[in-house]
Amino acid sequence: MSYAGSFIPHTDADRAAMLKTIGVKSIADLFVDVPAKHRFPKLNLPAPLTEMETLGELKSIAAANDSTDDYVSFLGAGAYHHYIPAGVDAVLRRGEYYTAYTPYQPEISQGTLQAIFEYQSLIVALTGMEVSNASHYDGATALAEAVNMSRVIHRGARKKIILSPGLHPHYRAAVHTYEHGADSQIVGEDLDLSAGPDKLIDLIDDQTDLVAVAYPDFFGRIYDYTKLAEAAHAKGALLAVSVNPTALGLLKPPGEMGADIVTGEGQPLGIPLSFGGPYLGILTTKQEYVRSLAGRLVGETVDSRGQRGYVLTLSTREQHIKREKASSNICTNQGLMMLAATVYTSLLGKSGFRQVAETCYHKAHYAAEKIAKLKGFKLKFKDTQFFHEFVVEGSMPGVELNKRLLERGIIGGYALGEDYPNLENCNLFAVTEMNSKEEIDFLVESLAEVTSA
Amino acid sequence: MPEPLIYDIGAPGRVGVAFPEPDVPLADLPKEHLRKDLPLPEVGELEALRHFTRMSQLNHSILTGFYPLGSCTMKYNPVINEETARLPGFAHAHPLQPAEMMQGSLAIMYHLQEWLKEIAGFAGVSLQPAAGAHGELAGVMMIRAYHQDRGDSKRNKILIPDSAHGTNPATSSMSGYRVVEIPSDARGNVDLAKLKAECDDTLAGLMFTNPNTLGLFEEQVVEVIDAVHKAGGLVYGDGANMNALLGICRPGDLGFDVLHINLHKTFTTPHGGGGPGSGPVCVANHLVDFLPGPIAGIVEQPKDGDAPVYGWVSPAKTIGRLKAFHGQFGMHVRAFTYILMQGAEGLRAVSEHAVLNANYLKARLQGAYTVPYDRVCMHEVVLEGRWSDAPEVHALDIAKRLMDFGFHPPTNYFPLIVREALMIEPTETEDLATLDAFAEAMLKIAEEAHTTPEILQQAPHTTKNGRMDEVRAARQLMLCCEIPREVEAA
Repeated sequence: MSYAGSFIPHTDADRAAMLKTIGVKSIADLFVDVPAKHRFPKLNLPAPLTEMETLGELKSIAAANDSTDDYVSFLGAGAYHHYIPAGVDAVLRRGEYYTAYTPYQPEISQGTLQAIFEYQSLIVALTGMEVSNASHYDGATALAEAVNMSRVIHRGARKKIILSPGLHPHYRAAVHTYEHGADSQIVGEDLDLSAGPDKLIDLIDDQTDLVAVAYPDFFGRIYDYTKLAEAAHAKGALLAVSVNPTALGLLKPPGEMGADIVTGEGQPLGIPLSFGGPYLGILTTKQEYVRSLAGRLVGETVDSRGQRGYVLTLSTREQHIKREKASSNICTNQGLMMLAATVYTSLLGKSGFRQVAETCYHKAHYAAEKIAKLKGFKLKFKDTQFFHEFVVEGSMPGVELNKRLLERGIIGGYALGEDYPNLENCNLFAVTEMNSKEEIDFLVESLAEVTSA
Repeated sequence: MPEPLIYDIGAPGRVGVAFPEPDVPLADLPKEHLRKDLPLPEVGELEALRHFTRMSQLNHSILTGFYPLGSCTMKYNPVINEETARLPGFAHAHPLQPAEMMQGSLAIMYHLQEWLKEIAGFAGVSLQPAAGAHGELAGVMMIRAYHQDRGDSKRNKILIPDSAHGTNPATSSMSGYRVVEIPSDARGNVDLAKLKAECDDTLAGLMFTNPNTLGLFEEQVVEVIDAVHKAGGLVYGDGANMNALLGICRPGDLGFDVLHINLHKTFTTPHGGGGPGSGPVCVANHLVDFLPGPIAGIVEQPKDGDAPVYGWVSPAKTIGRLKAFHGQFGMHVRAFTYILMQGAEGLRAVSEHAVLNANYLKARLQGAYTVPYDRVCMHEVVLEGRWSDAPEVHALDIAKRLMDFGFHPPTNYFPLIVREALMIEPTETEDLATLDAFAEAMLKIAEEAHTTPEILQQAPHTTKNGRMDEVRAARQLMLCCEIPREVEAA
């Protein structure tokens, strides 16, 4: 019998020899502990395909998608279309990285360990924080973990969590899911969207555990949170800031504003859109809270021969040691995505990283300015600085606008009505270095046409 | 000579990848919000690629050698998976594009859901959880939601066998449950009598791994599940060991109410040096409404041979979102690819050979090593890494010595109930010659333990790095390199 498709290398002779060594007659004899009536169920699955047929099948399924490859796209809202240098995937495709696991044995895992150490360093540099973990699942779960972490730091004594309405709706939803059953109280999400961080300050009291905001926020807006950090600290609360790392190529890092925890979605750092995952959760904090930080950490040390090396460290925080006393259950993180971010950030470097951030900024501002001049459109938050996303208010529901744009080959900005009923006629447009002036002009032209039609 | 850090190579002004200048008029930058400096490396493309390539060569990996890390299922990750996941239609799909544009991605998710339900014997599944522990969290949250929905509010404890993965108790307490540990019996099963003694009306559920972490199929699995059900509790299955069960036995048929599956173990999505994982969570009928959503579903049935229309469906009493977007989609494509190549017979062959390989190693090593629970094992075998007549040698020494023979060590010191545990999971993709070479190395090490223990204690000898000073790493905490801070430019 051939098992070619199963990647099983055994020959009949191998099997016979192995069964003899084991002392059983057949492979079926190895399953006597399985209740007979449930043993060897017949599975209803498609007949197996060869590699050649499989690739053909997958290509045809992929072709049923109309992706950002086929359309001009101004969709962002937490996942961004950026150029990924070829070098990133060249490194990711090395089997030594992608077929290794968590570096439990440091003597034969220095590649992964050093990559994590470099990632931690680069993220510290970008965020202006003191400690980064080895990664979390994504931006949403990193924020949920920040809430968890803050509770640990305050030993559960504070019950109020303030979430800015400018945090990504999915991130806030994930926090609600994680917090369900905890006796915490989540406030702030229904604040006036135009108000800015000062309104959050009014909510802070001595029961406040954590204040969480986004930078830039979900609507692309840039705020300086220094005063918010001071207000939080004055009441003994912590400040968490969820970032888009691309923006940190240009903007003041939240570490300089006094943030206690910085989380974020690392997808813009060399990770393809891939329909929403796998992405990369950024999770950082101050040195004083390092023992409350979830996830793997890599530290520098020396080996028995006096050479510099790296190991997983402070594992006494983690589930496999602390079991039910661990503050988080995280085990597997986003190793390979961490590597993508490390290679991407290194290849772009000081100048390239800044250049991408500035180009996004300039193009988004060019687009916003032109759209704002169109009849029937205005910028929703026109008095606030923005990075590479902005909210446009039109004269029809955002979903409807997008349908009309799609007919012209444009994936429009995210329609905000479903998440923010007050913003029914609003779309959140994202512009990156991938959008040429020609594409932007085409968008502007199309917006004019679809509203006059 | 250690590999320098990325910050220690390159030169001021050097650029790795250049980008086009903006083709639009420049806007005024927001002066009050600008950062003073951006302390990132300045390296050329070749030196960066050499750096990361040289680093990769310091890793042991499945593609470079045998990796019998118990409980992690380090089997061959087919390279075709890497091609299919990168097809532009998938790789460049934005997660918030309208469902009508994403019929390909939704079809992948829908069929993967159907196949996982069929393979594990469940009525519903959500692909949203990002990893095994995340799937566990979803599972325990659904158990809580189920009891709450029935107004059954006094259930506050979860039973967990002492052989369980550490994530189980961490997940339970993260969900607000009190954890009660249940010991194992002399045959390595959950102690049924002790379990029954805890089955009362405060029982929310049991977290149960089968095969358990001793690599043994629970001989009283049905009785254990019945006892929990009779008390009104639900049974959560940790699917980390699913590689033993494909086409062998469906957890849903045994009575499990929830099960998470690690696509990165059983279904060959790569482990990536520590992730991304993917932890779909499967449920029986009575929990379908609680699944995390949205889930890929058919929103319009096909008419005369057309493809159905796929869309997003939100379960009626969903516990909510566990993360942004739809889960680790790239991993869904890889798992889909793998299952498509196996079919039912191929999957059964996978588990049969995983179990064959583990029992073969057990047979080869028994005698030289103590097998604490001596019965037929499933996909992994747990040995004791200790001898009463070589008391100075520990499991750690055996693990480190194995590196000198070119092998990744087994999981050691887990499960906690075996002294000096060595947990070996060979997987089905290893051939007989590799298993024999590994067995010979293990036998040689057992001999060295008695004749020249210092060779073990000082191992590894042939790797590029010697044993690391882990105590120093924790005491003199250095979690990043020194970041070069620039003086603000005038």
